[in-house]
Amino acid sequence: MTLSELKTQLASLAEPGALISETDHAKRGTDLDVTVSAGKVVAAAELLDTARYTLEAITGVDWIAEKQIELVYDYTLWESGVRVAVRSRISRENPAIPTISAIFPGANWHERETRDFFGVDFTGHPDMSPLLLPEDATFHPLRKDFGA
Amino acid sequence: MSIEAQTIHRETFVLNLGPQHPATHGVLRIKLTMNGEYVEDADPVIGYGHRMQEKMGENRTYAKFLPNTARMDYVAALFNTHGYVCAVERLAGITVPDRAEYIRVITAELNRIASHLLWVGAFLIDLGGFTPLLYTFDDREQILDLLESITGARLTFCYYRFGGVCNDIDEQFISGTRAFIARLHSRMPMYHALITQNIIFRKRCEGIGPIPAETCRKYGGSGPVLRGSGVSYDVRKNEPYSIYPRLDFNIPVYQECDCTARYKVRMDEMVESMRIIEQSLDQLPAGPVMAEKVPKLLKPPKGDCYFNVESARGVFGVRLVSDGTDKAYRLKLRSPCFSNLSLFRDCSRGMLMADALALLGSLDLVIPDIDR
Repeated sequence: MTLSELKTQLASLAEPGALISETDHAKRGTDLDVTVSAGKVVAAAELLDTARYTLEAITGVDWIAEKQIELVYDYTLWESGVRVAVRSRISRENPAIPTISAIFPGANWHERETRDFFGVDFTGHPDMSPLLLPEDATFHPLRKDFGA
Repeated sequence: MSIEAQTIHRETFVLNLGPQHPATHGVLRIKLTMNGEYVEDADPVIGYGHRMQEKMGENRTYAKFLPNTARMDYVAALFNTHGYVCAVERLAGITVPDRAEYIRVITAELNRIASHLLWVGAFLIDLGGFTPLLYTFDDREQILDLLESITGARLTFCYYRFGGVCNDIDEQFISGTRAFIARLHSRMPMYHALITQNIIFRKRCEGIGPIPAETCRKYGGSGPVLRGSGVSYDVRKNEPYSIYPRLDFNIPVYQECDCTARYKVRMDEMVESMRIIEQSLDQLPAGPVMAEKVPKLLKPPKGDCYFNVESARGVFGVRLVSDGTDKAYRLKLRSPCFSNLSLFRDCSRGMLMADALALLGSLDLVIPDIDR
């Protein structure tokens, strides 16, 4: 699948009027940047899995002023070094997003780590127990209102 | 079969491997469900060495976080620093002088050889062979001396800076590096005679611990683990950075997917790294080693970026979000060992305990890099 074909298919998943941009790899490290709604991250993962991409990382970002948590899924294609960032923003009050661990089992740990740090609930995840934090941890240290 | 025999066959027990165990190379714990000598399930428990490096990256200035980067993968510390400074440079639009890029590549590749030498020794100890460690540490020590002479540290380097490196290399370092390469070249046949052709080593590794390429893709496995599974993916070639496109080197790939393949990839990579260092020394341009006009207090513009480097263990990635202030808004550190360990549960199922430990050793894990 070429990058433009992928762009067209990902655009069909994005919200109307949402951001989908081809970015300069040398400046941003990504070739394609797509924002989808929380319900569409699984469809995006399925699409990228079919296109033989691999999941590199899941990054949470706490946008406290906007009362949102952003999740960035970085996918890369080995053959060409092309990178696609899939973003989604969810409410900070009650953060929940479907898991993609059924498609990419490697996401299992990335999602558990994101739950540890941000308190995001990945619905449908087989095991949401703390991964890096102690098993009785009730805090989420990467939230901006967590003092340290 | 009697009823008793049938029930005995089905009985499993839980075996706790670690968190303090020689084969885990640090504080890693694995909850094993065993059926006799066979592994039914292996659940890695991580986080014993967790220090919340990513929070530290947010609550101090960019420069103040620099020393932290060497304290994750302490066996190949330069790569983590490399990934971090490159991400910041990408966002801030800093161009690094040529000489500094060459010095970065020379020191990083020396660090890769040192890391692989340590791995060979430690892996053989996992398999029950003590002798090779004494030889590999002898060679590794030469590299640490060389790196210490210019960086001031033996493991926890803080050598790369935003815009270059903090100290130029001298004649002594260059001649010492050339002498070391000649020495290691002459030692390679000895290593192959001692290890590669050793019948015990071969029986412990050949066909043991297969990791299919598809499993690597699904879990994000990378580095020698991936290249031992027949996939020619190396950030230095596929998403080139620094001066790697100017250099002539090969990416060793083996199709066998077993522990031997991962061992051979690393042995070959040491030779390729020596080629890279020799070429870099030959081409080394004169000039400054730091970019001009890099502000002391760095404030990259608002925005985010991603940067990958090929560390000794695989893909080390940095995702950096800046809000325009002197501190990162978000710093994500993507560790290669984290993803490489996550596939262990899947791949160790049904293996003999001793073979599972060979597989674990062949992943080349550095636990503080997983825990961060």
